[in-house]
Amino acid sequence: MKEKIFQMINTEAFPTPFCPGCGHGILMGAVLRAIAELEYDMKQMLFVSGIGCAAWIPSPHFKADTLHTLHGRAIAYATGAKLYNPKLKVVVISGDGDLSAIGGNHLIHAARRDMDMTVICANNAIYGMTGGQVASTTPLGSITTTTPKGNQEPPFDLCKLVEGAGATYVARQSVAAPIPLTRILKKAISHRGFAFVEVLSPCPTHFGRRNAFRTAYDMIQSLKNSCISTEKIRGMSPEELLGKITVGQLVDKGTEGGRS
Amino acid sequence: MPIQRKKIKSSLAPGWYFMQGDEACAEGAIAAGCRFYAGYPITPASEVMIRMVQRLADIDGVFIQMEDEIGSISSVIGASWAGAKAMTATSGPGISLMTEAVGYAVITETPCVIVDVQRAGPSTGQATRPAQGDIMQVKWGPHGDNEIVALAPWSVQEMYALTIKAFNYAERFRLPAFIMADEAVGHLRETLVVKEEVEVWDRYKAPGLPPFGTEERNGVPPMPSFGEGANLLVTGSTHDSWGFRKTADPAVQARLTERLVLKVRDFKDEVIETESYFLDDAEVGVLAYGFTARAALQAVKRLRNQGMKAGLLRLISIWPFADEAIIKLGKKCRVIFVPEMNRGQVAGELKKYTTTPIISLPKTNGEVIEPGEIVEGIRRNMA
Repeated sequence: MKEKIFQMINTEAFPTPFCPGCGHGILMGAVLRAIAELEYDMKQMLFVSGIGCAAWIPSPHFKADTLHTLHGRAIAYATGAKLYNPKLKVVVISGDGDLSAIGGNHLIHAARRDMDMTVICANNAIYGMTGGQVASTTPLGSITTTTPKGNQEPPFDLCKLVEGAGATYVARQSVAAPIPLTRILKKAISHRGFAFVEVLSPCPTHFGRRNAFRTAYDMIQSLKNSCISTEKIRGMSPEELLGKITVGQLVDKGTEGGRS
Repeated sequence: MPIQRKKIKSSLAPGWYFMQGDEACAEGAIAAGCRFYAGYPITPASEVMIRMVQRLADIDGVFIQMEDEIGSISSVIGASWAGAKAMTATSGPGISLMTEAVGYAVITETPCVIVDVQRAGPSTGQATRPAQGDIMQVKWGPHGDNEIVALAPWSVQEMYALTIKAFNYAERFRLPAFIMADEAVGHLRETLVVKEEVEVWDRYKAPGLPPFGTEERNGVPPMPSFGEGANLLVTGSTHDSWGFRKTADPAVQARLTERLVLKVRDFKDEVIETESYFLDDAEVGVLAYGFTARAALQAVKRLRNQGMKAGLLRLISIWPFADEAIIKLGKKCRVIFVPEMNRGQVAGELKKYTTTPIISLPKTNGEVIEPGEIVEGIRRNMA
């Protein structure tokens, strides 16, 4: 498997640009492992990304066609490529700011159209590349460089957002659970129609150190403690669920294949 | 040139048609091989989209109405990399939204056609009224240095013919090519003559060669498509000839930005197109383009009848600019009048190339310029 994955990577692009403790490397590995296990041909795949740290997961690391687009526009570019060549397996990998703030319009409309593509949103709850500004996904009260007294705006629930917009597959998982994450990515990538996976990925450099996480390990531990699977959640009281994040498959609707 | 030039049968049966400018533009696109259209409703360009929906359905092309103009141009660029000849049409506000992506198409060398049916601005302005106010915007809108191609049709016939050329230039130079129409020519109905064949240029393919660099300083590299196994790395960041991001290497940035400009400037004569009327012995020059040139031609004829040695230079291509034609015009004439539906955008550009006095005859009330106004403007200044 390891050998197979190395064949899917432009190794000359190494080392990756990610900071020590960043979750994006785990996500990169999980995506490649999912594709390898699905035995998809990378030559028939197109990876589209926007701007930000997460956009660098596929570009230039993946040995496949990659399209590194403008900030927020990955899904719109992917829509054009997929519509013209429906044989392409299209996977969008980008960050929370890129997909849900500047690119929010394309996200909801692609979900509404049930565009046949997989969107993987690496959510680190911060604008990492530009120096740690508040995002549309930053939790209430968090310190960022643009919310020095704590974030006053409630964050998006991205999974509910795309579900409401019509996505036919929705899931959430964290990089702290790489094996369940790979399993979910396999389902999302092989789904026909619009599949959305929110991947919680820690940013120790810009989120952690300003919010009382002493190490990257602490952030991973915190994700492990706060994430509860959709199976375990049944029977838990509202008090027990306070501050918890539901992970696992949230929506899986049968689809005739989505728009392509 | 490695680009494939071929004559193919016209998509419309040869003959005479009575057609609207916007519709003729769509027919030109179909004739040129456009098989992907993405758009967003906007007056006065929507008729292009309506015609494209119907025509693309006939021939198994792809049409999508996107959520906004940013989505339209983005999906056009995505489709172009998937192998399509792709187009969108819009007007000023839409061009403003698309501007960032035009820069992306320039740096990634993505062929595409953008039709700008200009309306009176700034901002929402007068949606149903003609203007020529976007001439500088399409050239200088995106940040950084951008060489693009822009053509200005003055008739329904040219809405058809120049759209075909725009597709050809987009493929030849790998860049966004603009049709600078306006509400008047877009909604004009007149005769369109369709010939037996059209000349269509196809994308240069050369597997194994780098898709983003050439040995020459002014070359246009071949363009693979997604799904061909080329492991394409397409990025709007500065990149080397294989597409690897090089965002801190001065040599790579210098080579890329130089080539993006020289690949057009060094071959500008392939694009630059002008037409002369009564210029042989002219002393008073008139320069016009687009719909305004129709009035300018009438004005020049009237002035000739009145004994004034007036002549018209019509710009068919706007960008790259017809510098040599302007230099010649400046040498020939004592003065050059420039009527245009903006506050002197092209009049100002002329001053780069000639010391002959340039007199701007601007009109920005949302109405077309009439021949009598040009005659009067010239008479007033020549008195």
